[in-house]
Parts: sequence; structure tokens; C-alpha cells
Amino acid sequence: MTSSAQMNAPAPSSLRLVLTLAIAGLISGIAIIGIYESTLPTITANKARELREAVFKVLPGVSEMQQLVYRDGNLVVTEERRKDEQAVYGGYDRDGDFVGYAIPAAGPGFQDTIGLLYGFAPQQKHVLGMEILESRETPGLGDKIYKDAEFVGSFSALSIEPNIVAVKKGAKARPNEIDAITGATISSKAVVRIINEAHAEWSKRLPPAGSEPPLRGTGPAGSGGSP
Amino acid sequence: MKQNESYEEFIKGIWRDNPVFVQVLGMCPMLAVTNSAVNAIAMGMATFFVLVGSSFLVSSFRNWIPKQVRISCFIIIIATFVTVADYTLLALVPKVHKELGAFIPLIVANCMILGRQEAFSSRYPVRLAVMDAMGMASGFLLALFSLGAIREILGDGALFGIDLFGENFEPWIIMILPPGGFLTLGVILLFFNWFRFKKDEFLADVAAAERGGNG
Amino acid sequence: MNKKDPDLLLFHAPLLRQGMTTPKAMRDVIYALLPATAASIWFFGLSALLLLGASIAGAVLAEWLFDNGQRRGESLRDATAVLTGLLLGLTLPPGLPMWMAFLGGFVGVSLGKVIWGGLGHNLFNPALLGRAFLQATFPIAMTTWVVNSYGGEFTSVYASSLALPFMQSGIDSVTAATPLGMLKFDQEVTPLANLMFGKINGSLGETSGVLLLLGGIYLWLRRDLDWRIPVSILLTVVLFSAVLSLVDAARYPTPLFSVFSGGLLLGAIYMATDPVTSPVTPRGAWIFGIGVGVLVMLIRVFGGLPEGVMYAILLMNAATPLIDRYTQPRVFGRGADSP
Repeated sequence: MTSSAQMNAPAPSSLRLVLTLAIAGLISGIAIIGIYESTLPTITANKARELREAVFKVLPGVSEMQQLVYRDGNLVVTEERRKDEQAVYGGYDRDGDFVGYAIPAAGPGFQDTIGLLYGFAPQQKHVLGMEILESRETPGLGDKIYKDAEFVGSFSALSIEPNIVAVKKGAKARPNEIDAITGATISSKAVVRIINEAHAEWSKRLPPAGSEPPLRGTGPAGSGGSP
Repeated sequence: MKQNESYEEFIKGIWRDNPVFVQVLGMCPMLAVTNSAVNAIAMGMATFFVLVGSSFLVSSFRNWIPKQVRISCFIIIIATFVTVADYTLLALVPKVHKELGAFIPLIVANCMILGRQEAFSSRYPVRLAVMDAMGMASGFLLALFSLGAIREILGDGALFGIDLFGENFEPWIIMILPPGGFLTLGVILLFFNWFRFKKDEFLADVAAAERGGNG
Repeated sequence: MNKKDPDLLLFHAPLLRQGMTTPKAMRDVIYALLPATAASIWFFGLSALLLLGASIAGAVLAEWLFDNGQRRGESLRDATAVLTGLLLGLTLPPGLPMWMAFLGGFVGVSLGKVIWGGLGHNLFNPALLGRAFLQATFPIAMTTWVVNSYGGEFTSVYASSLALPFMQSGIDSVTAATPLGMLKFDQEVTPLANLMFGKINGSLGETSGVLLLLGGIYLWLRRDLDWRIPVSILLTVVLFSAVLSLVDAARYPTPLFSVFSGGLLLGAIYMATDPVTSPVTPRGAWIFGIGVGVLVMLIRVFGGLPEGVMYAILLMNAATPLIDRYTQPRVFGRGADSP
């Protein structure tokens, strides 16, 4: 055995023990910093791309977006956001005209928190689209809130005033009603409730329709991204 | 002879001493992330990387690490590899990382990994330690994959996301839920034990027959 | 005893026996269930017969396959596997594909009984375990209820019953909600007479309350069941819903509705009384029954599911060893404080 020599040796001094651990910790720390630094750009880029894709999905026809942070009673166009501040994303079309807000919201579902993003057009007071970002709903039933194309599709041109109502499948009669998923009533209602609550919260904060913050950097006429 | 020895260390982890089916170690990732074959393989690969890497380092430094602080040193080494695996997965395959979630950091708590360091890598030369780690990790990967494949086939009618049975397949929802993990693992363990029981019985029969023939 | 060879006829004490044996008690329960079974076949046609046959076949196959005795099939003689299959079948929706019922019976007996060491060792009621497995595995098929034709389509078979193994039920028949479902999701109350005589939708066995009660009285007369369990369950449910009705009569079900709707009678009389999985002491039986009753009402009224009899009984099954331990009667001649 290779370690037999060590076994017979007298107990090493405390200094040696501390030193061993310190060196191990140091090397480990350097390795972790190295991997963190080298993967950070990719991770940030992935997150930004994911967000962009989600925003473009819930706001059809949008080609530019910017973060709008709610600060001191106003929506401020800024890249930086403090932890305690809430943000929405403004979507703009090719000409730089405002299309709608993409609003993140979260709330309890059937099993765990459902996180979602929905597109909101303040002019018509319509929901333009909905994308589930995070959910642990029951596979096969509750997960239809993002797998069932019909359900996801019903969140387009959906009137949100006074609020959205989930009704039994096939019973949709008014513009603010959607069909709940058969067998997943609780999850469908949770999605509707989350959007309603977020809407109630944000409708107090958003500026009146027509006076949304313009796309930053350029005038309303020619936006940076379009030719 | 040397070749045989390292081959022996490798192969024992896959079948005779399989960490999951025989030693019943590493149950947390085994039950938690095997709801699809892809997740199972991702977890298996991450564990492979961590186990082989730590075994290599532990075995290389085995004469420098005082035995009073060996467990702390092992954990520091393992945790470093786990962090590296965590960030790499997050950067390369964010979707898989999202599915595995908290279970990647929890690899550090997989008792199979610390167990190999304590029982093997800290006592044997690097070549054997790495072979042993590769064998154990492959056995773990195979076990995760077989569980993940069974659960995905029954629970989703698919393998690696490819539909196997067509539109009308009725998925067994329970299989992709936590109880499905327990049920499938139980059935596989049942099969393993039954197989070993039969094998022992058979070997005893053969031995008895040979004794009878000689006497 | 029906052993053939008189030379090998060995008994151990007690040599004086009562007429009651496990096979006899099991057969009595099957006889008690026959009227309700016949009624369910009348209501739902041949599909019901096929479904019951499939679940019994699954249960019997598991019992036969995993039988560890010297002679295969020996343990089938006491008819518990048949009873498990029948009870499971009666809790299933009539339009369920046959292969699912077969799987349920197989899982119920293998996972619910054989794996624990066979009859007498199981912690949970095998039939309900099989149903819980099906409920978790096929949640949609298990909550799709075809319309009760009330004898009108006796000879027809639902297309969904004959779905190929592993394939979807492809439910094309007319479906409807159960009385409890209608109450929970649509606030509609079903008339009591319909509940009692089976003019409702639901699982095979829950459709005829009166026949289930008659079977229960038969079992009680034959001393095959511990009357304390069904009585305490039903009393608890009646009291619980009476209090709720006093609070808000419009929102909560009446006591009689609670008793006759859903699987309560089937569960209380035939499943909760399973001697293996319920407490043996009289005091324990009362505690067990009250626990089931309270859980049923909690799940029905405050839970997300319309029906909770299955989970209530399974949960109390799990508590049974504990109840038994704390309700052991004092040994004669020993005080409470002596060892």
C-alpha cells in the first residue's frame, strides 16, 4: 500500500493541515474564477437571446425592443436595473413605432410558480400573445398551458378589459373570454389569473396610451435596426 | 497482466459493482432527473466528468494530503469540478441546464463520488484510479440512461424526443412524475437481485455436480 | 379442509374452528357485490362486463405469476385476487379501455399485495392502490365518464373499451360529468332519487347506492365486516356535511347527497373494511372510520379534486399500524403503569 508510510508517520502539524487546505482552496478558487469568467459572456448572451425571442413571440410584428424600468413613478428607458425595480419590455416595429409592452408576470400554478411573459397593446387594451417561461405543471395535463397550441394561440387579440375570464371549452362568447383546457382547468385559470393580476398592477403604472417612451437613440421616424 | 488489472477495475463498475443497481448509491440524481433519456445522459456525463477528474487529482496528490483533512480536500476538489460542470452546461446547453436545475450543484452530494475517492483513488496509483472512476461513472451513466429511456418510452412514447409509437400512444404520465422513478428503479433492482439469485443458484448447482462427479 | 390424502391430514391448534375462513369471507363479499355489479352491467352495457373481466384477469394473472408457493395457483383459491379485481373494476369509469383495467388489476395485486409478502402483509388496499396507479398514469381516461344509458344500449360496446393496448382510448362517446364533478365545477345539484337508484354518471360501482347498502347489510348479518368502520365513516360524513349545510346550504352538499354521491358507499362498506388494512381493535376502527370520513369531506369540499374516497382510505391505511399500536387494550391483570 502506498499510504502505509503515511499511516505510520507521526501526526502532521496543524500548520501543515491548514496549509494543505488553504492551498487546495486557493487552487479551487482560481479554477472557479477562470471558468466563471470564460463562460460569462456566453451565458449572458444566451439569456439576452432567450428574452428577445420571448418578447418577439408575444408581440407579433416587432423588430426592436428595449427595457423599460419603472422608476419613481415613470417608465425609464435604461439597460441597468436594480434588483428591487420592476421592468417591462417595449416592442417597436420596423419604423420605430410603438407596438406594445411585453410584461413579465409570475404567480402560483397547480404545482409551483408559473412564470410567463405576455404582450399587451395599450391602444386596443388587448393581449397580443403569451409565453410560459417557467412552469412545473403536471406533464400531460397542466403542461398543456404551453404545449397546447390552441390554448397559447387564444391569447391573441384578447380583450383584457375588465379582465380575462377562462370559461369551459367551447363556451367562449365574448372577446375577453378564452377556452380553458379540458382536464387542466386549474392551470389554465392560474395563467389567466396571473395575467389579470399583473395587468391590474401595471395598468396603474403605464403611461396613457399614445405617450409611450420612444425607441432610444433614434427619432420616431428612422429606427436604428431598420434599413 | 497490468492491462488485465486495469480492465478489471474498469469493468467491475459497469456490472458487478454497479454503483446504482448493486451498491444503490447516488439515488438523488437517479430518481430526480431521469424523466427523459437526454436529461439522464446529461447528468451522467456531468457526473462522469466530475468523478474522473476528481479521482485523477485525488490519486495524484494522495501522498501529499494528510489523512486528517482528506475528506475536506476531496470535497474541495469535487466541488470545483462540479462548479466547472455547472457553468459549462449553462453556457453550452442552457435548455438542459434548466431541466436539471438544482441537481447539477447537488452532484457534489452524490455519495458515489466521495465514496470512490475514499475507498479507491486515495489508495491506488493514478492509472488504476482513473480506470476505476471511468468504470463507475460509466456504470452510473448506463444506469441513468436505462432508467431515463424506460421512463421516456412509457411516459412520453418517445426516445430522445423522437416519437416511437405514433399519434395514438397513450402516455403513462406517472412514469415522468417522481413516483415513476421509484417504480422503475424498484423493478430494475428486483430484476438485478433475481438475476444474481438465479446465478448463485446455478453456480451452486454446477459446483455440486462437479463435486458429485469427482467423488 | 379439502386435502385429498387423509394420512397427511395434520392440524395444529386450534382444533375447534368456527366456520369462518378467509375464502368464505371473500366469497361473501363477492356475493354482496353481485347486485351492484349486475346493475352496473345493466346501466353501462357489455362494456362494463368487459371492463370487470379485464381488471379481474389482471389481478388473477399477477397473483398466479408471482405466487411463490410450492404449487402455483394455490393462493388463488381464497378468491382475494378475484375480489381485488372486481372491486377495482367497480371504481373505474365505464368507458375506460380494457387494457388499462387489466394493467390496474395487475399493478394492484403485484405492487399492492404480492410484493409485501402476500395476503395479510399488505399495508394498502390492493384495489385502491391499482386505482391510484391508474389515476396517476392515465388522468384523462380516468376522469372521462360516458353517459349512463340506463339499460338503453345494453348490447353495445363503447369504442374506447376496445382500444388497443398502449393506444389512446380515442374517446368519441358522449361524455358527462359525475354528480360530484357537477357540484364542484358547475354548482349543479343532482336529485337524491337519481343518486340512490343509479340514474347518474360515474364509475361502475358508484351508480347504485341502495344495492351497495343492501350488500353491506348482508355482510353485516353474516358477520363478515366490522360494522364500526362503515358506520363511523358515514356518520362522520353526515355530521361534517350537516355542519357545512348549516353554514351555507347553497354552497355545500346536503348530508344525504354526500353519502350517496361518488364512491363513498363502495369505499366505506367494501374497501375501508378490508380486514388486512384496517385496525383490529374496536377503538381503532372508530378512529379509522372518523379519519376516513373527515379526509373524504376535506378533499371533496376544500380540495382540488371532486372525489376523495380513494386517497382518504389509502391515507388511513398508512396510519393503520400506528392506530393499532396506540389502541392496544390493556392486558388483563396489568395496570396502566406496570410494564
